[in-house]
Amino acid sequence: MNHVSVLMTALAGLVAAIAGGTLPARSRVGAAVLLTWVSCAAALVAAVSVLRSGHAIVMSTSKILPLTGISLVLTPLGAVFVVAIVVVALASTLYWLGYADHGLSTRSASSALPIFVTSMILVPFAGSVATFLVLWELMALTSLVLVLTDQSRREAARSAAQWYAVMTHAGAAAILLALVLLSAHAGGQTFAQIELHARHLSGALRGTIFVLALLGFASKAGAVPLHVWLPKAHAEAPGPASALMSGAMVNLGIYGIILVGNVLLGGGPVWWWLLVSALGVLSALYGALYAATSSDLKRLLAYSTADNMGLVLIALGASGMFAAAGSHTTAAIAMVAALLLMFNHSLFKGALFLAAGAVQMATGTRDLDRLGGLLKRMPVTGVVFLIGALSVAALPPLNGFVGEWLLLQSLLHALPSTNTAVVITVAVAVAALALTGGLTVAAFVKAMGIGFLGRPRSEEASNAREVPATMQLGAGLLALACLALGLVPMLILPSLELGARGVQRVGVPPPVRGWVSLHLFALHGVLAPSLLAGGLVAAVVATMLARRVSHRRSKPWPALAPAEPWGSGRRTQTVRMQYTATSFAEPLQRVFDDVIRPTRDLDVSPAVESQYYVERIAYRTSNDDVIERVVYQPFIAAVRRWGRFARKLQNGSVHRYLAFGLLALVVVLVVLA
Amino acid sequence: MNAVAHLLTSALVALVQLALVAVGGPLLLGVMRKVRSRLEGRVGAPIYQPLLDLRKLFTKQRMRPRESSWLFGAGPLMLVATVVCVSAISPLATTRPPLGQSTDFFAVIFALLLGSVVLALAALDTGTAFAGMGASRSMTIGALAEPALLVAILAMAIPARTSNLPALVRSGLSHPALIASPSRVLALASFLVVILAESGRLPVDNPNTHLELTMIHEAMVLEYSGPDLGFIILGESMRLVFLLGLLVNLLVPWGVANRPGALFFVIGLAALAAKVLVAGVAIAIFEVFTAKMRLFRLPELLAGGFVLALLGAVTAVVGR
Amino acid sequence: MQKAAALVSLRILLKTVAHPRKASKDLGPAPSPDDEFLKDLHGSFQVRQVDAGSCNGCEMEVHSAFAPVYDAERFGVRLVASPRHADALLVTGPVTKNMSDPLRKTYEAMPEPRLVVALGDCAKDCGIFKGGYGVEGSVSDVVPVDVHIPGCPPHPQAIVEALRGFTGK
Repeated sequence: MNHVSVLMTALAGLVAAIAGGTLPARSRVGAAVLLTWVSCAAALVAAVSVLRSGHAIVMSTSKILPLTGISLVLTPLGAVFVVAIVVVALASTLYWLGYADHGLSTRSASSALPIFVTSMILVPFAGSVATFLVLWELMALTSLVLVLTDQSRREAARSAAQWYAVMTHAGAAAILLALVLLSAHAGGQTFAQIELHARHLSGALRGTIFVLALLGFASKAGAVPLHVWLPKAHAEAPGPASALMSGAMVNLGIYGIILVGNVLLGGGPVWWWLLVSALGVLSALYGALYAATSSDLKRLLAYSTADNMGLVLIALGASGMFAAAGSHTTAAIAMVAALLLMFNHSLFKGALFLAAGAVQMATGTRDLDRLGGLLKRMPVTGVVFLIGALSVAALPPLNGFVGEWLLLQSLLHALPSTNTAVVITVAVAVAALALTGGLTVAAFVKAMGIGFLGRPRSEEASNAREVPATMQLGAGLLALACLALGLVPMLILPSLELGARGVQRVGVPPPVRGWVSLHLFALHGVLAPSLLAGGLVAAVVATMLARRVSHRRSKPWPALAPAEPWGSGRRTQTVRMQYTATSFAEPLQRVFDDVIRPTRDLDVSPAVESQYYVERIAYRTSNDDVIERVVYQPFIAAVRRWGRFARKLQNGSVHRYLAFGLLALVVVLVVLA
Repeated sequence: MNAVAHLLTSALVALVQLALVAVGGPLLLGVMRKVRSRLEGRVGAPIYQPLLDLRKLFTKQRMRPRESSWLFGAGPLMLVATVVCVSAISPLATTRPPLGQSTDFFAVIFALLLGSVVLALAALDTGTAFAGMGASRSMTIGALAEPALLVAILAMAIPARTSNLPALVRSGLSHPALIASPSRVLALASFLVVILAESGRLPVDNPNTHLELTMIHEAMVLEYSGPDLGFIILGESMRLVFLLGLLVNLLVPWGVANRPGALFFVIGLAALAAKVLVAGVAIAIFEVFTAKMRLFRLPELLAGGFVLALLGAVTAVVGR
Repeated sequence: MQKAAALVSLRILLKTVAHPRKASKDLGPAPSPDDEFLKDLHGSFQVRQVDAGSCNGCEMEVHSAFAPVYDAERFGVRLVASPRHADALLVTGPVTKNMSDPLRKTYEAMPEPRLVVALGDCAKDCGIFKGGYGVEGSVSDVVPVDVHIPGCPPHPQAIVEALRGFTGK
């Protein structure tokens, strides 16, 4: 039965792609979506059966890929990731039905999207190095095609695709190297074989493999400083594609790190996890800071993805360190927290990107400084974004808060500890968590407040209309899921605990339990999200009633009067007098000026008559990614210079080329000898 | 029968504690204004004046900006609802409040943050420049105060091995040495800085200013009238009483009811009122002799609070 | 020497707190408000001050009225920053052409029930600025006036007496 559903997943995805590529325009999107749903449903059946029974599904065949064959193994850990990806995929493809007229109904897009979804779902199924790499590459290529669908319209999309292509393949090269080293030295290609033999490898080799894999997977997850492609690609990709990339694809980076670090290599010394935590802290702070100072809606969401993935990395690093230091209960809690943070992120980031795509479709712009007043014009999209924003900000009663609480509890209960690394990491992690939490709150108050509230700041925003029902439904499903998980986290926690247990070396009883209130096993920590939500609702209702009752019916004036906003009695109050996203973020930007180093351009043109009279002033400021400017651009410039230098060798003379060939042959022979 | 009686007593405890905070909020506001007036050499308004102000506000007309959405009205509601919710379940007068097992310090803080966030969103919904400025400044200060707050909670939670609020208060009662420990004192000093920042008191924000460009929190509420304004004043003063109540119960827990019984509960209520009164008067006296800090110097103050909390956390781990 | 100075300032502080300076003349019994609107105020009155073009003489008297000695605040009156928070406007000066629209907007921004208190002779009939090129008219030409406090400038005591009429304290 399980084998059938796995096969069905792959087959349905393939047929969906063929349908999307061959059918005429009117039916291709619908057919592709339907078949993709079949594929997702089949994968969900397989994942749920793994999570129910606790046993892995194992399938292999030597027929499809020459030399290596295909091996599929779904462990509980993989099943958790499959569920997360399937939920986002179901919502995004439903949304795609309504979005299709916006340029995502071409043959290439309609065949690429189903393959993208299916390859993402199948990556956690991969049971051997070859299968994994093939699926990884497929996922990268199809997402590249999706980023390029708008190429004809925007130059920025082309540049984003270039960055994405280069960096994802550089990451894939690192992963390839790591996995090949592993399989070469551990005497086998399948993950089962590698797991058996990996502990006999030398410490230096294991360390090298881990670092290579970490770099490759962390780049895919969007960890700073390997994140540079993420704001570009996720911002330029069309609505459903960016939701899938941010809500599902980045999870696979995390899956890869857990796979190599915990499963294949079987855990490692403290310095591995210190490195993971350091990457996490850096990503969280950097991502939150740039999200707080960005005025492009989708770029803000992309940086927030980097921030959330940083939090997941902090949780993973904490888990590994606690396990290495011997406190396995807190390690288990931290791992469950990492998986919960990842799952929550898929849900709320998916919802946010789908809502942002709806805004882009309705107004034609992503610039927050030109939006506003959308909550009244697009009520459902506005509420979805509000729920998503409150979830990212980790506010009760939504799901982000539960994940954050769990991580804080795991960090808290690790102290007091005798291990210095643990103590320092916990202190730094809590401070980083707090600062990113605050910056994220500021970022999303800005995104929601400037983007959806107030008065429309441009013509396009005031003409916005609500998007088609399928788009509302797709985004709304994810928002509802956020609410549901926030009220009853136990819906997903047992599965996460099962997935986490498969990864731990030392098993502990399930660390988090309880339906109405969450209890930590053997530790004093309790949270009751549903009770808190109930209390809030009761208090809101009581306050509303009190407000309604306070108006005296006998009075001649109406209870609620719409009026001109108070602006100190100014004669004219234009919409341009409202706060913009740039001005909202200005105090924060000023505090972190030395980190962001925005470029400022001030151009003063004096009048002809005298230089003391100013005719025109032009001021431009931009918040380019500082790591891109300081690290990547000089590197690219150096590569270009080196290329220009190397071009001198290419003078057209055949004799010189033959001489190069002979030299290369001699060098290879010398090395082999 | 036992379960029903237990439920009823819990509900009664919650309501009485909530009522004390709700009435105590405006009264504390009145006391602080009175202290300021007396130190300025005036007689000043009577202590119960804010209660009269609130009573009048609830009879006035509500106005809303023409193009605002439903979020505008939700701001005051959420502000009051969050502080009402946490006041009922927190260890203010008793160490065993209703639902006390699930009153986590982090949950309480994030619930209050929810109120602030919805208020900031409601301010941005007015579409005026001042409200946007208030929301921007308020969120910046909140973002910079959060590290100090969470690390201070960490510092207090490490020795007690839990972040459960009633357990923290009880740990102070059962181990008095814990209160005098440098980690708790440093953590509470940091907590005080955060309370001043979050409640909009001097030196962070002047609650009596009329100059819009110097406002941080007041700027967000310039547009509210009638019951909405009443709720905002009530919510803000309740928040101050609640946070001061937590502070004094963690610093000086004696008087809090540690055993079941109506007498102990009444003593607990009286002790709470007395301690919060002392704290409020101290803050009011401090405010008279302090000038408002420049907005762009505030990160230094909040960073100082963070350093205090970090020192507290380090001493909590090291000094065991 | 420094210790003596510190002790002296502490004594002054304690004396200030214990004996706040009040107006030497007894202000008389509280007026009882009979208007239904005033009963609804329950002894709380918030005022938003608007300078519609005065010479600032009335402003200085208002400042004195809310300062130690005359202290209007002890009768439940408070100055607020936004007309949305206010029950009444306290308008000074003749209304200049530039301030007529802002004054009207400020009046309309107040929630019901609302009042206007015109302060000073200029607010009543433009006083010595009558006929000036920048003057639009008196306050009652722009917004409906409920109470007028005469004087150029009015004595702080008169201001306090008038405001007491609203709170009944």
